[in-house]
Parts: sequence; C-alpha cells; structure tokens
Amino acid sequence: MPVDVNLMLGGEAGQGVQAAGYVMAKALARGGYHIFADQDYESRVRGGHNFFRIRAADREVGAISEALDVLLDFNGESIDLHKKELADKGVVVFDKDKVKNIDGSINHFGVPLEQLAEDAAKNKIMSNVVALGVTMSLLNYDLDLLGNVVSEHFGAGDAGKANVAAATAGYQYARANFKGDFIKHLSPTGRSKRMLLDGNQAIALGAMAAGCKFVAAYPMTPSTSIMEYMAAKADDFDLVVVQPEDEIAAINMIIGAAFAGVRAMTVTSGGGFCLMVEGLGLAGMTETPIVVVDGQRAGPAIGLPTRTEQGDLEFVLHASHGDFPRVVLAPATIQDAFWITVKAFNLAEEYQLPVIILSDQYLASSYATVETFDLSRVEIKRGQLLPESEIAKSGEYRRYEITPSGISPRALPLQQRALVVSDSDEHDQEGHLIEDAETRTAMMLKRLRKLEGLRKEIAEPRIYGPAQAEMTLIGWGSTYGALKEAVDLSNRDGLKVNLVHLNEIWPFPAEAVTQALQGTKIRYAVENNATAQLAHLLRAETGYQVTGKILKFDGHPFSPGDIVRELKKEVA
Amino acid sequence: MVKMSDYAGKPPAWCPGCGNFAILTAVKRALVELDIEPYRVLMVSGIGQAGKLPHYTRCNVLNVLHGRTLPAAAGAKIANPELVVIAVGGDGDGYGEGGNHFLHSLRRNHDITYLVHNNQVYALTKGQASPTSDLGFVTKTTPHGAWMPLNSLAVAIAAGGSFVARGFAGDVDHLVGLIKKGMHHRGFALIDILQPCVSFNHKNTHAWYRERVYKLEDTDYDPSNRLAAFEKSQEWGDRIPIGVIYREDRATFEEQIPALKKGSLVKQKIDPRQVEVLMQEFV
Repeated sequence: MPVDVNLMLGGEAGQGVQAAGYVMAKALARGGYHIFADQDYESRVRGGHNFFRIRAADREVGAISEALDVLLDFNGESIDLHKKELADKGVVVFDKDKVKNIDGSINHFGVPLEQLAEDAAKNKIMSNVVALGVTMSLLNYDLDLLGNVVSEHFGAGDAGKANVAAATAGYQYARANFKGDFIKHLSPTGRSKRMLLDGNQAIALGAMAAGCKFVAAYPMTPSTSIMEYMAAKADDFDLVVVQPEDEIAAINMIIGAAFAGVRAMTVTSGGGFCLMVEGLGLAGMTETPIVVVDGQRAGPAIGLPTRTEQGDLEFVLHASHGDFPRVVLAPATIQDAFWITVKAFNLAEEYQLPVIILSDQYLASSYATVETFDLSRVEIKRGQLLPESEIAKSGEYRRYEITPSGISPRALPLQQRALVVSDSDEHDQEGHLIEDAETRTAMMLKRLRKLEGLRKEIAEPRIYGPAQAEMTLIGWGSTYGALKEAVDLSNRDGLKVNLVHLNEIWPFPAEAVTQALQGTKIRYAVENNATAQLAHLLRAETGYQVTGKILKFDGHPFSPGDIVRELKKEVA
Repeated sequence: MVKMSDYAGKPPAWCPGCGNFAILTAVKRALVELDIEPYRVLMVSGIGQAGKLPHYTRCNVLNVLHGRTLPAAAGAKIANPELVVIAVGGDGDGYGEGGNHFLHSLRRNHDITYLVHNNQVYALTKGQASPTSDLGFVTKTTPHGAWMPLNSLAVAIAAGGSFVARGFAGDVDHLVGLIKKGMHHRGFALIDILQPCVSFNHKNTHAWYRERVYKLEDTDYDPSNRLAAFEKSQEWGDRIPIGVIYREDRATFEEQIPALKKGSLVKQKIDPRQVEVLMQEFV
C-alpha cells in the first residue's frame, strides 16, 4: 500500500497555524517523506479562519488530496468547516476544555491543549506545538525528530526548550490517552536531504543563483515574501533590495539598474503589474533586460487578495501599447520555479527584453520537498554583452545596431569610453530619436526578429499519461500537480486520459503543441480562471479548439478530485 | 582637459529664443569646468522639451517615460554609484506626472543632480497649464484659469530635500555655478530653473523675470536654516530669489546600503554556487 497521509491545521490568524504547519511538514520531510503543503488565509492580520494542509507520501506528490486523516482544530471553528473532508477513520484533535459540543458522529480526540501547554511550558500560546506532539503520537512518528525541528525553529534558548517541552507533553498525553481507531502510521524511513520550500523561496533562490543584484518591488500579496527573503540576504550576498513609493517606481528603477548593467527584477501581483505596464513597454522599446514576477491572485481590482487564480495570462501577453517581443514563463512546480527564474534572467539578457514569470498565490505559498538544486547546471548566459577589450577596439558605439538576429551587441556605461544612448522614442542605431518611416520600420523589424530566435528557446509542453487517450487535458502553470494526479486517478478508474501541459507560454510553442494535440478528439482546457484564457491562445496560435472547459475561479486551487469529478460528469 | 566640443551633440529642435538653449549651455559648461569626461556621465530624462536635452550633448543617455525620470536615474545610480547621474525634466514631467517620485526621491536622498526646466506651461503639447502655472493662468485646458500653483521648492524642503536651489535660464553664469554646487553636493540636488517659454507663456517672459529675479548670494541669506529656507521658498511675485535656498549634509541613499560599500553592483561577480549555503537552510 502506498503511504499517503493528509493533515490539516486550522485556526485563526495569530494562533500559529502557519508556523506549526511548517514545523510539522519539516519534521515529516526529515523522516524521509515527500511533502506537499499549501495554505489558505484571509486578508486580515488577526482572527478569521486559516488553514495549512500537509500531505506526506512515500513518493513525489504535487497536489493536496482531499481526505483528511488528522484535522487539528485550534479554535473550534475548523471542526465545523472541515469535518466533511475527513477520511474514513480520520480523527479530529481539539482542545477539550474549549470545545464542548462535539459532533458525536465524527472520530474525535479531545486534548486539554492549553492546559498541557501551561503545565509543560508555562505558556498556553504553545498549545499549537502541543497539538503537533499529539499528531506525531497518533502517527506513531519519532518524537525526537519533531523535537529537533521544533528547537531549530524556535531557537536553542528558552523559547526552543519550552516548545520542545510542549511537543513532548502532547506526545505523551496522546500515548497514554488515545484509545480511538487510527490506522495511519508514519514511521521515519531514514533521514532525508531534501529541501522543504515554497514557490516564492524557489524563485528567490533562482534569482540569486542567476546573479540578480537588484530588486525593487512594492509589497503585494502573494509576491512580498520573495523580496523579503532577498532583503534578508542582501547584505551578505551583495545585492540591493529597494521598496520604493509604488510599482511604477519599482519597474522604472530596475530598468535604470539593468541599463547600468546588473541583473534586475521586480515582483508583484496583477494589480501591481497594472501599474507597471507602462514601464514594461519602456523595457520593450529600450531593449532593456528585466525580469518581472506576477504572482497572480484573483482579480479584477483588489479581487480576493489572498487567494489564487490564473487570470492574468491574456493580460501579460498583451500588456502595454504597441508591438514588441517579450517572454512569458509559467512555472508548474516548485522545481520549475527555481529553474524558470534562472532561465528568465538568461533570456532577458540574451534577447534584451522583458521576461515575465507568471506564478500565482497557490504556487507562491505551497511547500514541497525537492532535491537540492544542482547548481553546476546553472549557466549564466549574458548574451551579447561586449567585453571591455572589444569595446576598446570598436569605434563609436551603436546601442541599436541592426543585426540579422535583431539583437544588438550591448555595452554598459562606464565600460571603456563607449557612450550608451537608450531611448523610449523610436530611435536610430545610435539611440537618438527619429521620426522617419524608414528607420521606424527597420527598428520595428529588428526588435521583432528576436522572436525567431526565441521560439527555439521555449520548452515543449509536458505530456503525461497514455499516448492513446480518449480525453486530453490541457493546462498551464501551477495546476500541473493536480492535473497529473487527476490523470492517474482517472486512468485507474477506467477513463483513458492524458495531459498536455505548458510551463513556457510565449512565444507560443505552436509547433510542439500542434504535434501533441494531433489525433486528440476530446480536449478539455483545465484552468484556474473564468474564461479559459489558454484555450483562446491555443485557438489563435494553432487553430485547435477545445471541446470542453473545466474552470475554477472561486479563489481556490484545483484538487485532483475536483478535476476527476468534472470529467466523470462529462462522460456520464 | 575636457572641452566644450567634447559635449557637442546634435542641433536642438527647440523654438528660437527658448530658455532651454541657455540651460544646455550651462550644463555643458558646468561639466567642462568640473573636468568630467562624457563617458562618466549618465543623463536621464523623461518626456517634454526638457527631456530632449540629453540628446543634444554627448554622454550616456537614458531617455525614459513622462514623469519616470527619477526612479530610472535612481536605479542606475544604485547599480553603479560611479556614474555621475544627472536627471533632467520639465515642470509637468517632474511635478505633475512624476510628483510621487519627486517626493520620495527627495526623502531617500539619492546622489543625483536633478534639473527641472520650469517654464510653468506644457510646451510640447502646445500650451496647457502645468502644476506650476501662476494662479489664473488661462490656457485652452484651463479656460477659467489655472489653480493654485505647486510650490516645488517648499515641497522639496518639506519632503526632506538636502539641496534645494533655484536658477534662471536668463543668467547662465549663475546657473553654471548652481549646477556645479549641485553636483558637488552629496545627495539629491534639486535645481528648479526658471525658463521662459517664448511660444506659450506670454506672462512669465524674459523681461518679467529680469525685473524680479535677485541672487541670494548678494544678500546675507544662510541656506542652512530649514525654517528660514521654507520662508524664502514662499517669496514669489515682485521679487524672486535665485540661488541655494536650502542645503544640509545628510547620508545619501547609496551610502547607507551595505552591499554598495564594496563598490558598484555592476562589478560584483555572479556565482551560482553562493546559493549552496542558502539551500542547506531548507533541508
């Protein structure tokens, strides 16, 4: 039997749901399990209902499963909200001194969580860590492994010791008092060297590995933690993170920095990207290499500020007036988030244009266990950045020299004595503004020629499942994990389903997608948006039309079960 | 030694008699007198007649969007503090569309010299009111007269400007001196330059300014007193002061960034292996 355990911690903002969830996930990861975890929170600082879900399995998993084996309730509310998600024999753990009227039909284990925290650690706020101890006992997990992670997380000092005592108290209480029927056991399988990190951390690491030296960004959920992580490391890693007055300043600052010669990035969400659109066009016209992360959340306007959506695809493809080449990449997994970020910086400099990374709230705040990234595979490709010796040899430097590839050799200011002139107006090869039709046409064609080279850089879609299938699912970005599992579940249930999934979207890999869709009859677009944006693009770029759509736009990510249920409805 | 001819650019496409010619001459003279070679200079400008100035010199140029001069200039300065960064714009560009960036650039104190060609009118779009147009100034878009003008010098002092000055395009020698002072200043140096627009502003003309402008250097004015500077910034009408209104010594943005203490970011090596240690924190 494959091992697959689902846990949920639920409570108010401020009760340590996220911290406890992270510690639990890490303790399970250390024991050798593969983890996928996600979180759901409201747009408020205290109160409300938050949850953190953890899936631990003996193989790689890329999505949350729906049947909860343990539901840890911190405030009484989570029981009512989530009891319908409980698996057969799934157990609810709650504070028995606070929750009295428990539904007798559910499998439950009342624990004096706050009392144990008070007794063991003189601090009832540590009841969340007591609950971790309880859960680990139910799972038959190793207390020492939990204790190690708890003390790492809370420090070796008094706080760490108190939290370890709280975890131990919960563990021992459950050992002595749990008489229920619970069959999921998770003994450590050996110490693992895998990382546990979220999508934003993977993007931040990717940016740093790629040599990003300058980040300017305005805080906006869900991308803020990228800038926070990099700001925390900035002084030790020789980079600068600036929080300017607004998103307009942010993108114009990175354009200035990239013009001066460093790899530069901004991170935001759709609402912030709206303000950056003008700057995006400036990067297009001045051929300045920049990387922009759009962590999508539900829109328009403020939308659902802490919830997920894939609603910005058509927006980022068309953002800004006029025609200019750009790249749009949409990481599918946490591994992807790292490697696509590295690639984004390379493409930006090799082709001298803006690259947009289209992530989303779900990917940003989902955790997964991943092997440490093989840094020897990180290539830094700065494109036609002229070495000083070559600039010294050449005469007058022309920033926008017309070339067959459309890419002009790039010099930086203060390199030798080359003068670099970059202009937002249409310009001549020297960079000075022009208005004549002939130069305009030549410059436009030069810029657009970059697309020819770029098409060879874009990854082909991932194809998963049986080659001959009755139904083909088509998706992009962060839905990959759920789609992949939905394919497995569907085939197990007798449907013949496969998957065509894109994580690099523009320039559109039309040829590869056409090939992948040849012979398909029933094609479902599966997207976290209301209008099937990829389906429009697919039709425009390949002529292929989808025959059905499975769309979700309630602010929540797809589970594999969501997709399978919809498919079965279609077949029925 | 740097010569005026080293900075010779293309012939300007400004109206005959425009104040911009004098400003262009003053900028070049200041750079020559400071003996700064063109390749060390980056001029950043937005859109408007003033925004074209960098094209009429020879140096590194980043011509950006209307109102976005300052953040682009700041980004370049942070990336490579060895660049001599001069930002150039007009009153509409800098105080209208770029108002927010103006406030916060003053506050952060980037080491940039910012020249605002202030002709109190939108000239490139042919004569609409600007944020600094005089009260009641009638244009096609303000048939009932312009509203209260923005007092950019007072705003600059209030927002934490560390060098706030006013120049006059009709007095090039004085303006050269001001630009040199601004470039010597460590931090953000605002030089608001009164610049008659011969085509669209028939009120604030050369003659109008000549009757009113006087030099603060000829008085016993002390620019280090912030309250006095605020008071001086209110003087507009029969007498208009030019010169340094306010100056203070304060750490620049770039000086406060630890990563920049090791020199320009542009010269920092890229080494993916440095991430190895960070990855271990996630294991």
